[in-house]
Amino acid sequence: MSETLLEARGVGKRFGALAAASDINFRLGVGARHALIGPNGAGKTTFINLLTGVLTPTQGQVFLNGDDVTNVAQAERVKRGLARTFQINRLFRGLSVLENVYIPVSEQLGAAPTMFRPAGRHKDVIEMSMNLLEMLRLQDVAAHKISELPYGRQRLVEIAIALGLAPKVLLLDEPAAGVPSAESHIILDAIARLPKDIAVLIIEHDMDLVFRFAEHITVLVGGKIFAEGTPKEIAANPDVRAVYLGQAAHG
Amino acid sequence: MIFGEDLAGIVLGGLAAGMVLFIVSVGLSVTMGLMGFVNLAHGGFAMIGGYIIVLSMNRLGVPFIPAVVLGFVLTATFSVVLERLFYSKLYRAAELDQVLFSIGLAFVMIASVIIIIGPETQPLILPSWLRGQTDLGFTTYRTYSIFLIVVGSLIALGLWLGFERTRMGAQIRAAVDNRKMAESLGINIDRLFTITFAFGSGMAAIGGGLGAEFLGLDPQYTLKYLVFFLIVVAVGGLGRITGVFYAAIFIGVMDFVLKKYMPQGGTVFIYAITILILLVRPQGLFGRKDA
Amino acid sequence: MSAPDFAAHPATSALVNRHRLRWWEPIPWILAIGFFYMFPRHLGFGNEMLVMVLFALSLDLVLGYAGIVTLGHAAFFGIGAYTVGLLARHGIWTEPLSGLLIAAAVAAIFGLLSGFVLLRTTGLTLLMLTLCMMLLLEEAANLGQEWTGGYDGLDNVPIDPVFGIFEFNPLYPTTQYIYILCVLFIGFLIVRTIVYSPFGESLTGIRENTLRMHAVGAPVRKRLVICYAISAAIAGVAGALWAQSNAYVNMSTLSLDRAATVLIILVLGGYGRLYGAFVGAVAYMVLSHYLAKLYPTAWQLGLGLMLMIIALFARNGIIGIFESLVARRRGKPAS
Repeated sequence: MSETLLEARGVGKRFGALAAASDINFRLGVGARHALIGPNGAGKTTFINLLTGVLTPTQGQVFLNGDDVTNVAQAERVKRGLARTFQINRLFRGLSVLENVYIPVSEQLGAAPTMFRPAGRHKDVIEMSMNLLEMLRLQDVAAHKISELPYGRQRLVEIAIALGLAPKVLLLDEPAAGVPSAESHIILDAIARLPKDIAVLIIEHDMDLVFRFAEHITVLVGGKIFAEGTPKEIAANPDVRAVYLGQAAHG
Repeated sequence: MIFGEDLAGIVLGGLAAGMVLFIVSVGLSVTMGLMGFVNLAHGGFAMIGGYIIVLSMNRLGVPFIPAVVLGFVLTATFSVVLERLFYSKLYRAAELDQVLFSIGLAFVMIASVIIIIGPETQPLILPSWLRGQTDLGFTTYRTYSIFLIVVGSLIALGLWLGFERTRMGAQIRAAVDNRKMAESLGINIDRLFTITFAFGSGMAAIGGGLGAEFLGLDPQYTLKYLVFFLIVVAVGGLGRITGVFYAAIFIGVMDFVLKKYMPQGGTVFIYAITILILLVRPQGLFGRKDA
Repeated sequence: MSAPDFAAHPATSALVNRHRLRWWEPIPWILAIGFFYMFPRHLGFGNEMLVMVLFALSLDLVLGYAGIVTLGHAAFFGIGAYTVGLLARHGIWTEPLSGLLIAAAVAAIFGLLSGFVLLRTTGLTLLMLTLCMMLLLEEAANLGQEWTGGYDGLDNVPIDPVFGIFEFNPLYPTTQYIYILCVLFIGFLIVRTIVYSPFGESLTGIRENTLRMHAVGAPVRKRLVICYAISAAIAGVAGALWAQSNAYVNMSTLSLDRAATVLIILVLGGYGRLYGAFVGAVAYMVLSHYLAKLYPTAWQLGLGLMLMIIALFARNGIIGIFESLVARRRGKPAS
């Protein structure tokens, strides 16, 4: 088993009487390709928020690189190598694609607080940003404003920003959400090209993407882990199918 | 000075001032809580409404109560026109744009009134039944101030009941707490806001008219007291009737006391207390912490 | 695999060359020097304009780049003005250049402290807090009349000659003009450098999407407070310049009127665009100088209408209109 980068032990979160997450045990190792699926409202985004530090668990602990980060702030976890994307784009809309990536890269390389050298002189930041854009096939639109891009490519910028932080662990919250099916392949291609040593967790509803990407799948229902296993095991699991079929019957 | 009598005078005077503040500010609080719109022209509606009330009484001989009703109706109608034409275009705009627009509108209102009517202060000539003093038993006090206290309390009670007991009130409260949720429940937010905006502006008109007696009514009213209205709204908590009420009473009494005992620079304390309250509770005394 | 050369890429060259001097950038300065020779009898007015440009630049840093909406920025202007005025009037310190530095330091400290405390809040709460801070200072100046002179202010504020040679003459403000222009130039360079630095980029990021900046690990509040303090220092220098060149300081330096004026100036010119401060200050002050005195009511009406139009249709001010005209001519859709 590969070295554990991110781990949740017995993590739970209550909002008053509502248990949004209970007793979740979870680990991501180096190079993981893990998918988190489940019906709407199962608590997937809540779990991501607990892992990243947006929410503090009411029970359990979160470990990053072996350190207990349960009470560590979001920004600090980012510094330690944990990055995420959002279900709805959170981009710097008025800026160019390059600038969108420049900002997280400059944070990561420590250039961000400098005031007296122009941004354009930080060649290392620019080069790393352009390399990232190239990896995501975005270099041709690097000079464009976000608003000029089709939604699918905007979703890629969302991923680029997270990658700009040189994370060891990457959490992608529904990367294909809202992307027209004609464009969704570019998301899949981009994910397939992610560096092999980064541990990646995706939340997704697009089962096509999940089964093509994941080496390991966790099913979350009602805030609890419902099933876990390889894609083959999950696909063959009758309970999982019932949960989704049940959704399809009522949804 | 006899302390007991003086105290009553202070309390009653402060309460009366607070009531006027409340009546004017309640509309601002609800519209800001409901739509998040920073409306610095709110004082302008109070001013225009006050002018309608006072001028219809002074120049057209309309009796007091009908004049107040007229002020409410005309100002509310006028505000609906402005809301449909301009405000609605800026609901999703940046805070800065809302600030700029409403300052601009306030300037236009002031200048228009100066051009049409003139810059002089308009006196509110009270009807005979509101003049003089009334004996309350423990003290005698100005009848008009007592009238203001009674009216203000009735309005507060009426609004509170309206908010808590009617369907529209429930809709407004829901939308103030969580607009997206309210929309998904099928509440027509745009229509709700137009109605609330109209009502709030109408209330401001009443406040402007009733307060003309001691706040004075001239075109500069629009911006002169704006800071106080904003303080009452921010300290009370956006969209909370009880919040605006208590904050208005508090500020009204404080200002009254300060003007009496520390006429030079007494407002320092009002600003200082506002800052302290907002630092400790940014959502205001009664406001809901941001969802 | 060798790294491809990105220098030629249009996006990188745009970013790399962003801070380079463009051909039209010396124009405002040439115009300012030209004003000195062409309108020697209006230098007092010129001084006011230059001071407002510096003040508007400081506001642009905070509002245009960091996105902090404040109605209380005149607090720092007034602090700078009163620092210089009080020190000079009470015979403690009259040297002008170091006076500027002291004013900047005092204003910066105040900006640091108030920013630290206030920038925890946003929206209406922040607006009210900045406003109340400024009004509090104004009332405090009124209360401390024995020192501040109250509404009448402090006059005959003695200022030493610059470098011991160039005297400030209130009747022929030639020295003041050059002095202010030089300080403005330095102040402008500082703002320009900050804006084009990675720090400035992160401020824009905070303005564009604060939540994302948190998620990217940026110390958002720290950046905002530093920006606020720097802006306060520059505003303080502007106020100090005002006091020095007028040899006078009064409560108008702390007033809501001044804070609203600088906001209008910046918005009129175009915020977040560095030169908006220049365009706005010149346009507003020229117009108000001629119209406001002659036709005050019409001026207020026109100003109000203009603000409403800007808010509805031209939020990026004069420069924004200019930009969209240029973009349209090039055939690109205006951003």
